[in-house]
Amino acid sequence: MAKVFIPRDTTSLAMGADQLVAELTAEAAKRGEQVEIVRNGSRGMFWLEPMVEVETAGGRIAYGPVSCEDLDSLFDQDFLKGETSHPLCLGLTEEIPYLKKQQRLTFARAGITDPVSLDDYQSLDGFNGLKKALKMDCQSIVDEVKASGLRGRGGAAFPTGIKWQTVLDAVPTKDNQKYIVCNADEGDSGTFADRMVMEADPYMLIEGMTIAGLAVGADQGYIYLRSEYPVAHQILNEAIAKAEAAGFLGENIQGSGKTFHLEVRLGAKAYICGEETSLLESLEGKRGLVRAKPPLPAIVGLFGQPTIVNNVLSLAAIPYIMSQGAQAYADFGMGRSLGTLPFQLAGNIKRGGLIELAFGATLKELLEDFGGGTFLRPSDACSTGRRPTGCLHA
Amino acid sequence: MTTAYEQGLQTVAEVIASLQHKPGALLPILHGIQDRLGYIPNDAIPMIAAALNQSRAEIHGVISFYHQFRTTAPGKHTVEICRAEACQAMGSRQLEAHAKEALGVDYHQTTSDRSISLEAVYCLGNCACAPSVRVNDDIVGRVDADKFDKLVEKLKTQTLEVQ
Repeated sequence: MAKVFIPRDTTSLAMGADQLVAELTAEAAKRGEQVEIVRNGSRGMFWLEPMVEVETAGGRIAYGPVSCEDLDSLFDQDFLKGETSHPLCLGLTEEIPYLKKQQRLTFARAGITDPVSLDDYQSLDGFNGLKKALKMDCQSIVDEVKASGLRGRGGAAFPTGIKWQTVLDAVPTKDNQKYIVCNADEGDSGTFADRMVMEADPYMLIEGMTIAGLAVGADQGYIYLRSEYPVAHQILNEAIAKAEAAGFLGENIQGSGKTFHLEVRLGAKAYICGEETSLLESLEGKRGLVRAKPPLPAIVGLFGQPTIVNNVLSLAAIPYIMSQGAQAYADFGMGRSLGTLPFQLAGNIKRGGLIELAFGATLKELLEDFGGGTFLRPSDACSTGRRPTGCLHA
Repeated sequence: MTTAYEQGLQTVAEVIASLQHKPGALLPILHGIQDRLGYIPNDAIPMIAAALNQSRAEIHGVISFYHQFRTTAPGKHTVEICRAEACQAMGSRQLEAHAKEALGVDYHQTTSDRSISLEAVYCLGNCACAPSVRVNDDIVGRVDADKFDKLVEKLKTQTLEVQ
Protein backbone atom coordinates (compact mmCIF):
# COMPACT_ATOMS: atom_id res chain seq x y z
CA MET A 1 0.00 0.00 0.00
CA ALA A 2 1.29 3.46 -0.89
CA LYS A 3 1.92 5.78 2.04
CA VAL A 4 1.17 9.42 1.28
CA PHE A 5 1.78 12.45 3.50
CA ILE A 6 -0.43 15.56 3.26
CA PRO A 7 0.03 18.18 6.01
CA ARG A 8 -2.68 19.40 8.35
CA ASP A 9 -1.11 22.72 9.39
CA THR A 10 -2.77 26.11 8.89
CA THR A 11 -1.02 27.01 5.64
CA SER A 12 -1.64 23.64 3.98
CA LEU A 13 -5.28 23.78 5.01
CA ALA A 14 -5.48 27.39 3.79
CA MET A 15 -4.19 26.22 0.42
CA GLY A 16 -6.75 23.41 0.16
CA ALA A 17 -5.23 20.33 1.84
CA ASP A 18 -8.52 18.92 3.17
CA GLN A 19 -10.20 19.07 -0.23
CA LEU A 20 -7.10 17.49 -1.74
CA VAL A 21 -7.23 14.60 0.74
CA ALA A 22 -10.89 14.01 -0.03
CA GLU A 23 -10.38 14.03 -3.80
CA LEU A 24 -7.18 11.98 -3.67
CA THR A 25 -8.96 9.34 -1.60
CA ALA A 26 -11.87 9.24 -4.04
CA GLU A 27 -9.58 9.08 -7.09
CA ALA A 28 -7.52 6.27 -5.55
CA ALA A 29 -10.69 4.27 -4.85
CA LYS A 30 -11.87 4.83 -8.41
CA ARG A 31 -8.57 3.53 -9.77
CA GLY A 32 -8.44 0.61 -7.31
CA GLU A 33 -5.25 1.91 -5.65
CA GLN A 34 -4.61 1.27 -1.95
CA VAL A 35 -3.47 4.46 -0.22
CA GLU A 36 -2.72 5.27 3.40
CA ILE A 37 -2.80 9.04 4.00
CA VAL A 38 -0.86 10.45 6.96
CA ARG A 39 -1.67 14.01 8.01
CA ASN A 40 1.79 15.26 8.94
CA GLY A 41 3.01 18.72 9.91
CA SER A 42 4.47 21.14 7.41
CA ARG A 43 8.17 21.07 6.50
CA GLY A 44 7.97 24.86 6.48
CA MET A 45 8.34 25.28 2.70
CA PHE A 46 5.06 27.12 2.58
CA TRP A 47 5.16 28.21 -1.07
CA LEU A 48 4.96 24.50 -1.95
CA GLU A 49 1.85 23.77 0.12
CA PRO A 50 -0.03 21.62 -0.10
CA MET A 51 3.10 19.53 -0.55
CA VAL A 52 2.34 15.86 -1.02
CA GLU A 53 5.01 13.30 -0.15
CA VAL A 54 5.10 9.65 -1.12
CA GLU A 55 7.16 7.12 0.79
CA THR A 56 9.61 5.09 -1.29
CA ALA A 57 12.49 2.75 -0.46
CA GLY A 58 14.94 5.60 -1.12
CA GLY A 59 13.10 8.17 1.04
CA ARG A 60 10.12 10.45 0.59
CA ILE A 61 9.48 11.99 -2.83
CA ALA A 62 7.75 15.39 -2.78
CA TYR A 63 5.26 16.99 -5.15
CA GLY A 64 4.02 20.52 -4.80
CA PRO A 65 2.14 22.71 -4.75
CA VAL A 66 -0.54 20.17 -5.61
CA SER A 67 -4.09 21.21 -6.48
CA CYS A 68 -7.05 18.92 -7.08
CA GLU A 69 -6.71 19.53 -10.85
CA ASP A 70 -3.27 17.90 -10.78
CA LEU A 71 -4.50 14.58 -9.36
CA ASP A 72 -5.41 12.98 -12.68
CA SER A 73 -1.99 13.52 -14.19
CA LEU A 74 -0.22 12.57 -10.94
CA PHE A 75 -2.05 9.23 -10.86
CA ASP A 76 -1.45 8.73 -14.60
CA GLN A 77 2.27 9.24 -14.07
CA ASP A 78 2.43 6.81 -11.13
CA PHE A 79 3.23 9.30 -8.38
CA LEU A 80 2.16 6.66 -5.86
CA LYS A 81 5.29 4.73 -6.83
CA GLY A 82 7.42 7.88 -6.49
CA GLU A 83 7.82 8.38 -10.27
CA THR A 84 9.70 11.64 -10.81
CA SER A 85 8.52 12.56 -14.32
CA HIS A 86 5.62 14.82 -13.26
CA PRO A 87 6.34 18.58 -13.54
CA LEU A 88 5.32 19.08 -9.89
CA CYS A 89 7.84 16.52 -8.67
CA LEU A 90 10.47 18.05 -6.40
CA GLY A 91 12.59 14.91 -5.95
CA LEU A 92 13.62 13.59 -2.56
CA THR A 93 12.26 15.94 0.11
CA GLU A 94 15.45 15.86 2.15
CA GLU A 95 17.48 16.90 -0.90
CA ILE A 96 15.48 20.08 -1.63
CA PRO A 97 18.17 22.78 -1.14
CA TYR A 98 15.87 25.03 0.96
CA LEU A 99 15.57 22.20 3.49
CA LYS A 100 18.98 20.60 3.05
CA LYS A 101 20.88 23.82 3.82
CA GLN A 102 19.14 24.22 7.21
CA GLN A 103 20.40 23.19 10.64
CA ARG A 104 17.27 21.84 12.21
CA LEU A 105 17.30 21.19 15.94
CA THR A 106 13.99 22.61 17.15
CA PHE A 107 12.29 21.75 13.87
CA ALA A 108 14.04 18.39 13.39
CA ARG A 109 10.77 16.46 13.41
CA ALA A 110 8.57 19.06 11.71
CA GLY A 111 6.81 17.60 8.72
CA ILE A 112 8.35 14.17 9.20
CA THR A 113 5.88 13.03 11.84
CA ASP A 114 2.15 12.92 12.38
CA PRO A 115 2.03 15.71 15.00
CA VAL A 116 -0.29 13.85 17.37
CA SER A 117 1.32 10.41 17.05
CA LEU A 118 3.13 9.47 20.26
CA ASP A 119 4.86 6.60 18.45
CA ASP A 120 6.26 8.93 15.78
CA TYR A 121 7.47 11.36 18.43
CA GLN A 122 9.17 8.68 20.49
CA SER A 123 10.79 7.06 17.46
CA LEU A 124 12.67 10.34 16.85
CA ASP A 125 14.13 11.04 20.31
CA GLY A 126 10.82 12.23 21.78
CA PHE A 127 10.46 12.22 25.60
CA ASN A 128 14.11 11.20 26.07
CA GLY A 129 14.80 14.61 27.64
CA LEU A 130 11.87 14.17 30.01
CA LYS A 131 13.00 10.68 31.00
CA LYS A 132 16.44 12.06 31.88
CA ALA A 133 14.95 15.00 33.77
CA LEU A 134 12.76 12.69 35.86
CA LYS A 135 15.95 11.15 37.29
CA MET A 136 17.60 14.51 38.05
CA ASP A 137 17.13 16.96 40.91
CA CYS A 138 15.79 20.48 40.26
CA GLN A 139 19.15 22.27 40.44
CA SER A 140 20.81 19.86 37.98
CA ILE A 141 18.10 20.51 35.38
CA VAL A 142 18.44 24.28 35.78
CA ASP A 143 22.25 23.97 35.54
CA GLU A 144 21.92 22.09 32.26
CA VAL A 145 19.72 24.83 30.78
CA LYS A 146 22.17 27.50 31.99
CA ALA A 147 25.10 25.64 30.40
CA SER A 148 23.31 25.45 27.05
CA GLY A 149 23.42 29.24 26.72
CA LEU A 150 19.75 29.26 25.66
CA ARG A 151 18.35 32.78 25.55
CA GLY A 152 14.66 33.67 25.53
CA ARG A 153 13.33 33.42 22.00
CA GLY A 154 10.48 35.85 22.56
CA GLY A 155 12.74 38.73 21.62
CA ALA A 156 14.41 39.95 24.81
CA ALA A 157 17.07 37.20 24.73
CA PHE A 158 17.18 36.92 28.52
CA PRO A 159 19.16 33.84 29.60
CA THR A 160 16.55 31.13 30.17
CA GLY A 161 18.58 29.32 32.83
CA ILE A 162 18.84 32.45 34.97
CA LYS A 163 15.07 32.94 34.80
CA TRP A 164 14.52 29.33 35.83
CA GLN A 165 16.99 29.72 38.71
CA THR A 166 15.02 32.72 39.99
CA VAL A 167 11.78 30.74 39.97
CA LEU A 168 13.48 27.73 41.57
CA ASP A 169 14.78 29.93 44.41
CA ALA A 170 11.53 31.88 44.89
CA VAL A 171 9.24 30.89 47.74
CA PRO A 172 5.50 30.76 46.97
CA THR A 173 3.23 32.62 49.35
CA LYS A 174 0.29 30.25 48.90
CA ASP A 175 -0.16 26.47 48.75
CA ASN A 176 3.45 25.97 47.61
CA GLN A 177 2.19 26.76 44.09
CA LYS A 178 4.40 27.76 41.16
CA TYR A 179 3.42 27.97 37.50
CA ILE A 180 4.85 27.45 34.02
CA VAL A 181 3.29 29.74 31.43
CA CYS A 182 3.98 29.45 27.73
CA ASN A 183 3.58 32.66 25.79
CA ALA A 184 1.98 31.49 22.54
CA ASP A 185 0.51 34.89 21.69
CA GLU A 186 2.54 35.14 18.48
CA GLY A 187 0.89 38.35 17.30
CA ASP A 188 3.46 40.01 15.06
CA SER A 189 2.82 39.77 11.37
CA GLY A 190 5.36 37.67 9.50
CA THR A 191 5.99 35.34 12.42
CA PHE A 192 4.75 31.77 12.43
CA ALA A 193 7.54 29.72 14.02
CA ASP A 194 5.56 29.22 17.24
CA ARG A 195 2.55 28.13 15.23
CA MET A 196 4.70 25.65 13.33
CA VAL A 197 6.02 24.13 16.57
CA MET A 198 2.50 23.75 17.95
CA GLU A 199 1.03 22.37 14.73
CA ALA A 200 3.94 20.17 13.59
CA ASP A 201 5.47 18.97 16.86
CA PRO A 202 3.23 19.75 19.84
CA TYR A 203 4.72 17.05 22.07
CA MET A 204 8.05 18.89 21.99
CA LEU A 205 6.40 21.92 23.62
CA ILE A 206 4.53 19.70 26.08
CA GLU A 207 7.79 17.92 26.97
CA GLY A 208 9.65 21.23 27.35
CA MET A 209 6.99 22.63 29.68
CA THR A 210 6.92 19.44 31.74
CA ILE A 211 10.70 19.59 32.17
CA ALA A 212 10.36 23.25 33.22
CA GLY A 213 7.80 22.15 35.82
CA LEU A 214 10.16 19.49 37.17
CA ALA A 215 13.03 21.99 37.22
CA VAL A 216 11.33 24.54 39.48
CA GLY A 217 8.71 22.46 41.30
CA ALA A 218 5.62 23.68 39.42
CA ASP A 219 2.74 21.27 38.86
CA GLN A 220 0.53 23.47 36.69
CA GLY A 221 1.20 24.91 33.26
CA TYR A 222 -0.80 27.08 30.89
CA ILE A 223 -0.28 27.67 27.19
CA TYR A 224 -1.69 31.14 26.46
CA LEU A 225 -2.58 30.76 22.79
CA ARG A 226 -3.93 33.49 20.53
CA SER A 227 -7.43 32.79 19.30
CA GLU A 228 -6.34 33.55 15.73
CA TYR A 229 -4.74 30.07 15.68
CA PRO A 230 -7.70 27.63 15.61
CA VAL A 231 -5.68 24.83 14.02
CA ALA A 232 -2.93 25.01 16.64
CA HIS A 233 -5.64 25.00 19.33
CA GLN A 234 -7.15 21.81 17.97
CA ILE A 235 -3.80 20.03 17.59
CA LEU A 236 -2.53 21.06 21.05
CA ASN A 237 -5.69 19.79 22.71
CA GLU A 238 -5.46 16.46 20.88
CA ALA A 239 -1.80 16.11 21.86
CA ILE A 240 -2.39 17.01 25.53
CA ALA A 241 -5.19 14.45 25.82
CA LYS A 242 -3.02 11.73 24.28
CA ALA A 243 0.02 12.62 26.40
CA GLU A 244 -2.13 12.46 29.55
CA ALA A 245 -3.59 9.09 28.56
CA ALA A 246 -0.08 7.71 27.97
CA GLY A 247 1.27 8.96 31.30
CA PHE A 248 3.53 11.72 29.96
CA LEU A 249 1.40 14.44 31.60
CA GLY A 250 -0.85 14.63 34.65
CA GLU A 251 -0.39 12.69 37.90
CA ASN A 252 2.53 10.31 38.48
CA ILE A 253 4.35 10.95 35.18
CA GLN A 254 5.93 7.68 33.96
CA GLY A 255 5.58 6.22 37.45
CA SER A 256 7.86 8.89 38.97
CA GLY A 257 5.36 10.27 41.47
CA LYS A 258 5.80 13.71 39.83
CA THR A 259 2.81 15.72 38.62
CA PHE A 260 2.36 18.27 35.86
CA HIS A 261 -1.00 19.45 34.51
CA LEU A 262 -1.25 21.44 31.32
CA GLU A 263 -4.10 23.48 29.87
CA VAL A 264 -4.48 25.67 26.79
CA ARG A 265 -6.10 29.07 27.40
CA LEU A 266 -7.24 31.23 24.51
CA GLY A 267 -6.61 34.94 24.14
CA ALA A 268 -9.27 37.14 22.60
CA LYS A 269 -7.72 39.43 19.99
CA ALA A 270 -5.66 41.70 22.20
CA TYR A 271 -2.19 42.36 20.79
CA ILE A 272 -0.87 43.68 24.11
CA CYS A 273 -1.37 40.28 25.75
CA GLY A 274 1.84 39.10 24.05
CA GLU A 275 3.59 41.19 26.70
CA GLU A 276 4.19 38.86 29.61
CA THR A 277 2.61 40.81 32.47
CA SER A 278 -0.56 41.67 30.53
CA LEU A 279 -0.67 38.03 29.46
CA LEU A 280 -0.69 37.04 33.15
CA GLU A 281 -3.50 39.53 33.85
CA SER A 282 -5.47 38.00 30.99
CA LEU A 283 -4.90 34.47 32.31
CA GLU A 284 -6.24 35.64 35.66
CA GLY A 285 -9.44 36.72 33.91
CA LYS A 286 -8.77 40.45 33.81
CA ARG A 287 -8.27 43.16 31.22
CA GLY A 288 -4.84 42.73 29.66
CA LEU A 289 -3.19 45.72 31.30
CA VAL A 290 0.58 45.83 31.74
CA ARG A 291 1.84 45.42 35.31
CA ALA A 292 4.63 47.49 36.79
CA LYS A 293 7.95 45.64 37.18
CA PRO A 294 9.45 44.89 39.66
CA PRO A 295 8.31 42.54 41.02
CA LEU A 296 9.35 40.17 38.24
CA PRO A 297 6.86 37.47 37.18
CA ALA A 298 9.52 34.96 38.23
CA ILE A 299 8.87 36.06 41.83
CA VAL A 300 5.31 37.43 41.75
CA GLY A 301 3.70 35.98 38.63
CA LEU A 302 0.43 34.22 37.89
CA PHE A 303 -2.02 34.58 40.80
CA GLY A 304 0.85 36.22 42.69
CA GLN A 305 3.03 33.11 42.67
CA PRO A 306 6.51 32.42 41.19
CA THR A 307 6.06 31.80 37.47
CA ILE A 308 8.23 30.94 34.48
CA VAL A 309 6.92 32.80 31.45
CA ASN A 310 8.74 31.52 28.36
CA ASN A 311 8.17 31.79 24.66
CA VAL A 312 7.13 28.67 22.68
CA LEU A 313 10.53 28.41 20.98
CA SER A 314 12.46 28.68 24.26
CA LEU A 315 10.45 25.84 25.81
CA ALA A 316 10.62 23.84 22.58
CA ALA A 317 14.44 23.95 22.69
CA ILE A 318 14.51 22.28 26.12
CA PRO A 319 13.89 18.62 25.11
CA TYR A 320 16.91 18.71 22.74
CA ILE A 321 19.11 20.30 25.41
CA MET A 322 18.12 17.71 28.01
CA SER A 323 18.34 14.76 25.66
CA GLN A 324 21.54 15.64 23.77
CA GLY A 325 23.20 17.67 26.51
CA ALA A 326 23.84 21.38 26.96
CA GLN A 327 27.11 21.27 25.01
CA ALA A 328 25.49 19.80 21.89
CA TYR A 329 23.19 22.85 21.78
CA ALA A 330 25.93 25.33 22.64
CA ASP A 331 28.06 24.02 19.76
CA PHE A 332 25.73 25.88 17.40
CA GLY A 333 25.81 29.66 17.06
CA MET A 334 28.46 32.26 17.76
CA GLY A 335 29.68 34.51 20.58
CA ARG A 336 27.05 34.81 23.27
CA SER A 337 24.26 33.83 20.87
CA LEU A 338 24.26 30.07 21.06
CA GLY A 339 22.03 27.55 19.39
CA THR A 340 19.83 28.02 16.36
CA LEU A 341 17.20 30.53 15.34
CA PRO A 342 14.20 29.99 13.09
CA PHE A 343 13.97 32.71 10.42
CA GLN A 344 10.60 33.30 8.83
CA LEU A 345 10.23 34.68 5.32
CA ALA A 346 6.84 36.12 4.51
CA GLY A 347 4.92 38.71 2.55
CA ASN A 348 6.21 39.78 -0.86
CA ILE A 349 8.73 36.97 -1.36
CA LYS A 350 8.87 34.03 -3.79
CA ARG A 351 9.71 31.25 -1.36
CA GLY A 352 8.13 32.09 1.97
CA GLY A 353 8.71 29.67 4.80
CA LEU A 354 10.66 28.74 7.87
CA ILE A 355 14.45 28.42 7.91
CA GLU A 356 16.27 27.19 11.01
CA LEU A 357 19.95 28.09 11.08
CA ALA A 358 22.65 28.63 13.68
CA PHE A 359 23.07 32.29 14.67
CA GLY A 360 25.23 34.10 12.12
CA ALA A 361 23.25 33.91 8.86
CA THR A 362 23.24 37.05 6.67
CA LEU A 363 20.18 38.90 5.35
CA LYS A 364 21.35 38.39 1.77
CA GLU A 365 21.55 34.61 2.22
CA LEU A 366 18.07 34.57 3.65
CA LEU A 367 16.33 36.83 1.13
CA GLU A 368 18.10 35.73 -2.04
CA ASP A 369 19.44 32.19 -1.54
CA PHE A 370 16.43 30.97 0.41
CA GLY A 371 13.69 33.47 -0.43
CA GLY A 372 14.45 33.66 -4.16
CA GLY A 373 13.61 37.36 -4.35
CA THR A 374 10.24 39.08 -4.42
CA PHE A 375 6.90 37.63 -5.47
CA LEU A 376 5.07 40.67 -6.84
CA ARG A 377 7.05 43.84 -7.54
CA PRO A 378 10.74 44.48 -6.73
CA SER A 379 11.30 45.44 -3.14
CA ASP A 380 12.93 48.62 -1.82
CA ALA A 381 13.05 47.59 1.79
CA CYS A 382 12.39 44.75 4.17
CA SER A 383 11.38 44.41 7.79
CA THR A 384 13.82 42.22 9.69
CA GLY A 385 11.76 41.58 12.71
CA ARG A 386 8.63 42.55 14.41
CA ARG A 387 6.79 45.78 13.78
CA PRO A 388 8.87 47.78 16.29
CA THR A 389 12.11 46.97 14.47
CA GLY A 390 11.25 49.10 11.46
CA CYS A 391 12.48 48.51 7.92
CA LEU A 392 15.87 48.21 6.22
CA HIS A 393 16.63 49.50 2.72
CA ALA A 394 17.55 46.83 0.22
CA MET B 1 -43.09 28.25 26.15
CA THR B 2 -39.51 29.40 26.35
CA THR B 3 -38.23 31.83 23.75
CA ALA B 4 -34.92 31.45 21.90
CA TYR B 5 -33.55 34.25 24.05
CA GLU B 6 -34.46 32.43 27.27
CA GLN B 7 -32.89 29.26 25.89
CA GLY B 8 -29.77 31.30 25.23
CA LEU B 9 -29.64 32.39 28.88
CA GLN B 10 -30.07 28.76 29.90
CA THR B 11 -26.99 28.00 27.78
CA VAL B 12 -25.15 30.82 29.55
CA ALA B 13 -26.01 29.25 32.91
CA GLU B 14 -24.70 25.86 31.73
CA VAL B 15 -21.43 27.33 30.47
CA ILE B 16 -20.89 29.24 33.72
CA ALA B 17 -21.60 26.15 35.83
CA SER B 18 -19.16 24.02 33.85
CA LEU B 19 -16.25 26.50 33.98
CA GLN B 20 -16.58 28.68 37.08
CA HIS B 21 -14.39 26.39 39.20
CA LYS B 22 -11.34 27.08 37.01
CA PRO B 23 -8.70 29.53 38.24
CA GLY B 24 -9.05 32.72 36.17
CA ALA B 25 -12.34 31.43 34.76
CA LEU B 26 -13.61 34.62 33.15
CA LEU B 27 -12.04 34.32 29.68
CA PRO B 28 -12.92 30.62 29.33
CA ILE B 29 -16.52 31.48 30.31
CA LEU B 30 -16.75 34.35 27.81
CA HIS B 31 -15.30 32.16 25.05
CA GLY B 32 -17.67 29.35 26.01
CA ILE B 33 -20.71 31.60 25.76
CA GLN B 34 -19.64 33.19 22.50
CA ASP B 35 -18.81 29.78 20.97
CA ARG B 36 -22.32 28.56 21.75
CA LEU B 37 -24.39 31.70 21.09
CA GLY B 38 -22.19 33.74 18.76
CA TYR B 39 -22.18 36.68 21.20
CA ILE B 40 -22.48 37.55 24.87
CA PRO B 41 -25.99 38.76 25.70
CA ASN B 42 -26.17 41.72 28.10
CA ASP B 43 -28.24 39.65 30.51
CA ALA B 44 -25.33 37.21 30.83
CA ILE B 45 -23.24 39.87 32.57
CA PRO B 46 -25.02 39.82 35.96
CA MET B 47 -25.09 36.01 35.86
CA ILE B 48 -21.30 35.82 35.33
CA ALA B 49 -20.71 38.54 37.93
CA ALA B 50 -22.71 36.62 40.54
CA ALA B 51 -20.94 33.32 39.80
CA LEU B 52 -17.45 34.82 40.02
CA ASN B 53 -18.24 37.16 42.90
CA GLN B 54 -17.22 40.19 40.84
CA SER B 55 -19.03 43.40 39.96
CA ARG B 56 -20.97 43.80 36.70
CA ALA B 57 -18.64 46.68 35.86
CA GLU B 58 -15.63 44.36 36.09
CA ILE B 59 -17.21 41.83 33.74
CA HIS B 60 -18.24 44.54 31.31
CA GLY B 61 -14.73 45.99 31.49
CA VAL B 62 -13.19 42.70 30.42
CA ILE B 63 -15.70 42.10 27.61
CA SER B 64 -15.08 45.57 26.18
CA PHE B 65 -11.29 45.27 26.47
CA TYR B 66 -10.97 42.27 24.14
CA HIS B 67 -11.81 42.85 20.46
CA GLN B 68 -13.07 39.32 20.02
CA PHE B 69 -16.02 39.51 22.39
CA ARG B 70 -19.23 40.98 21.01
CA THR B 71 -22.52 41.82 22.69
CA THR B 72 -24.74 41.70 19.59
CA ALA B 73 -25.66 38.69 17.49
CA PRO B 74 -23.37 38.16 14.46
CA GLY B 75 -24.46 36.99 11.03
CA LYS B 76 -24.57 33.32 10.18
CA HIS B 77 -20.91 33.37 9.12
CA THR B 78 -18.02 35.55 10.23
CA VAL B 79 -15.47 36.58 7.62
CA GLU B 80 -12.25 38.15 8.88
CA ILE B 81 -9.70 39.82 6.62
CA CYS B 82 -6.10 40.04 7.76
CA ARG B 83 -4.82 43.61 7.88
CA ALA B 84 -1.30 42.88 9.18
CA GLU B 85 1.93 43.81 7.35
CA ALA B 86 2.70 40.60 5.45
CA CYS B 87 -0.81 40.53 4.02
CA GLN B 88 -0.65 44.24 3.18
CA ALA B 89 2.57 43.59 1.26
CA MET B 90 0.56 41.16 -0.86
CA GLY B 91 -2.45 43.35 -1.54
CA SER B 92 -4.84 42.96 1.39
CA ARG B 93 -5.81 46.66 1.24
CA GLN B 94 -7.26 46.17 -2.24
CA LEU B 95 -8.89 42.96 -1.00
CA GLU B 96 -10.61 44.68 1.92
CA ALA B 97 -11.85 47.49 -0.33
CA HIS B 98 -13.29 44.86 -2.67
CA ALA B 99 -14.85 42.91 0.21
CA LYS B 100 -16.56 45.95 1.68
CA GLU B 101 -17.99 46.88 -1.70
CA ALA B 102 -19.06 43.34 -2.59
CA LEU B 103 -20.78 42.78 0.75
CA GLY B 104 -22.08 46.35 1.09
CA VAL B 105 -20.84 46.59 4.69
CA ASP B 106 -17.93 48.03 6.63
CA TYR B 107 -15.93 46.24 9.33
CA HIS B 108 -17.97 45.24 12.42
CA GLN B 109 -21.15 45.19 10.33
CA THR B 110 -23.44 42.42 9.10
CA THR B 111 -24.99 42.07 5.64
CA SER B 112 -28.69 42.91 5.43
CA ASP B 113 -29.64 39.25 4.88
CA ARG B 114 -27.66 38.50 8.08
CA SER B 115 -25.55 35.91 6.28
CA ILE B 116 -22.10 37.45 6.82
CA SER B 117 -20.43 39.62 9.45
CA LEU B 118 -17.22 41.31 8.32
CA GLU B 119 -14.38 41.71 10.81
CA ALA B 120 -10.72 42.69 10.70
CA VAL B 121 -8.01 40.44 12.10
CA TYR B 122 -4.34 41.15 12.71
CA CYS B 123 -2.31 38.12 11.63
CA LEU B 124 -3.48 34.56 11.20
CA GLY B 125 0.08 33.21 11.01
CA ASN B 126 -0.35 32.33 7.34
CA CYS B 127 2.04 35.11 6.31
CA ALA B 128 3.93 33.06 3.71
CA CYS B 129 0.75 32.58 1.64
CA ALA B 130 -0.83 36.00 2.04
CA PRO B 131 -3.33 37.66 1.80
CA SER B 132 -5.28 35.57 4.30
CA VAL B 133 -8.94 35.43 5.24
CA ARG B 134 -10.64 33.50 8.05
CA VAL B 135 -14.12 32.14 7.41
CA ASN B 136 -15.51 30.94 10.73
CA ASP B 137 -12.74 28.52 11.86
CA ASP B 138 -11.21 27.96 8.41
CA ILE B 139 -8.26 29.96 7.11
CA VAL B 140 -7.88 30.60 3.40
CA GLY B 141 -4.64 31.76 1.76
CA ARG B 142 -3.68 33.70 -1.39
CA VAL B 143 -7.11 35.36 -1.51
CA ASP B 144 -7.75 37.79 -4.36
CA ALA B 145 -11.04 39.45 -5.36
CA ASP B 146 -12.09 36.48 -7.47
CA LYS B 147 -11.38 33.90 -4.75
CA PHE B 148 -13.17 36.11 -2.22
CA ASP B 149 -16.31 36.28 -4.38
CA LYS B 150 -16.34 32.48 -4.69
CA LEU B 151 -16.02 32.10 -0.92
CA VAL B 152 -18.92 34.47 -0.34
CA GLU B 153 -21.06 32.76 -2.94
CA LYS B 154 -20.49 29.41 -1.20
CA LEU B 155 -21.42 30.87 2.19
CA LYS B 156 -24.61 32.47 0.89
CA THR B 157 -25.65 29.21 -0.81
CA GLN B 158 -25.07 27.32 2.44
CA THR B 159 -27.24 29.84 4.27
CA LEU B 160 -30.10 29.28 1.86
CA GLU B 161 -29.86 25.51 2.28
CA VAL B 162 -30.06 25.81 6.07
CA GLN B 163 -33.12 28.02 5.84
